[in-house]
Amino acid sequence: MKSIEELKALRAKAQENVTLRKEDGTCRIVVGMATCGIAAGARPVLLKFVEEVKARGLNNVMVSQSGCLGMCALEPMVQVFMPDQEKVTYCKVHPEMVSRIITEHIVNGKPVTEYTYGAYVKE
Amino acid sequence: MKDLSLHVLDLAQNAVTAGATHVRITVDDQPEADTLSISIADNGCGMAPEMVRRVQDPFVTSRTTRKVGLGIPLFKNGCESCGGSFSLTSQVGVGTTISGTYQRSHIDRPPLGDMAGSMMVLIMANPELNFTYLHRLGKEEFLFDLAEIRAVLGEDVPITEPSVQQWMSDYLAQGLKTLYGGIFP
Repeated sequence: MKSIEELKALRAKAQENVTLRKEDGTCRIVVGMATCGIAAGARPVLLKFVEEVKARGLNNVMVSQSGCLGMCALEPMVQVFMPDQEKVTYCKVHPEMVSRIITEHIVNGKPVTEYTYGAYVKE
Repeated sequence: MKDLSLHVLDLAQNAVTAGATHVRITVDDQPEADTLSISIADNGCGMAPEMVRRVQDPFVTSRTTRKVGLGIPLFKNGCESCGGSFSLTSQVGVGTTISGTYQRSHIDRPPLGDMAGSMMVLIMANPELNFTYLHRLGKEEFLFDLAEIRAVLGEDVPITEPSVQQWMSDYLAQGLKTLYGGIFP
């Protein structure tokens, strides 16, 4: 059973992790979370990003949210900001696409072009 | 919106945009009275009476990226088409409270959905804000108070720390599961 007591026990370990965590070259993953994004399924996408980042122990990645990006038909949209790289916008993101974006783009630095806004508009 | 937890997420977002520092979310499930109510109260900037009336119109929004604002009208329409009611009260400089009630047994009432997921998204995206989530079922209740968790963690452990995150997510899911015995409305 999860309890506040358990959280107290967890605290010491969490504190250790905080000291290990460095804020260097932070990469940001921003999920559009306005009414349009939420209705299109942005919540499971954001939770999947958080889960993947945690599973891989990516200490320099921050997952956050933004409002409407103005193209509601393409939601859920995700923007990735990498240090020294141009912003990449993914559209119609599904939770199943998340692990590929993490592996190829966040870890290896190569955007998944077929999921991007640019690729979508060309079609 | 497929379920009520998505409405909660969406409406709480308005509170965040309004510059609130404390957002109180209440889900009040009363099977005997056949009602299911949701309320989101914030201490944000509030709205003038004129704006309170206008935001219920889908073609009004304070944003600039597009001309429609559907969050509040969708919620209002959902409540009213399920034999329920809707209310929005606000005072400039004090805050806003939005609440809606559904007839619990109404065939069109959306399911509650993943409240733990919605709360986690809100907390992760706005770790500096305080969220309180009270879920009532009949006379029983489950209270999730971020301020209490923060007090336990102290200043040197942020609530965004992955193991803390996992604990909060499990704590929320388990609290609700215990309340409902695994069968959600």
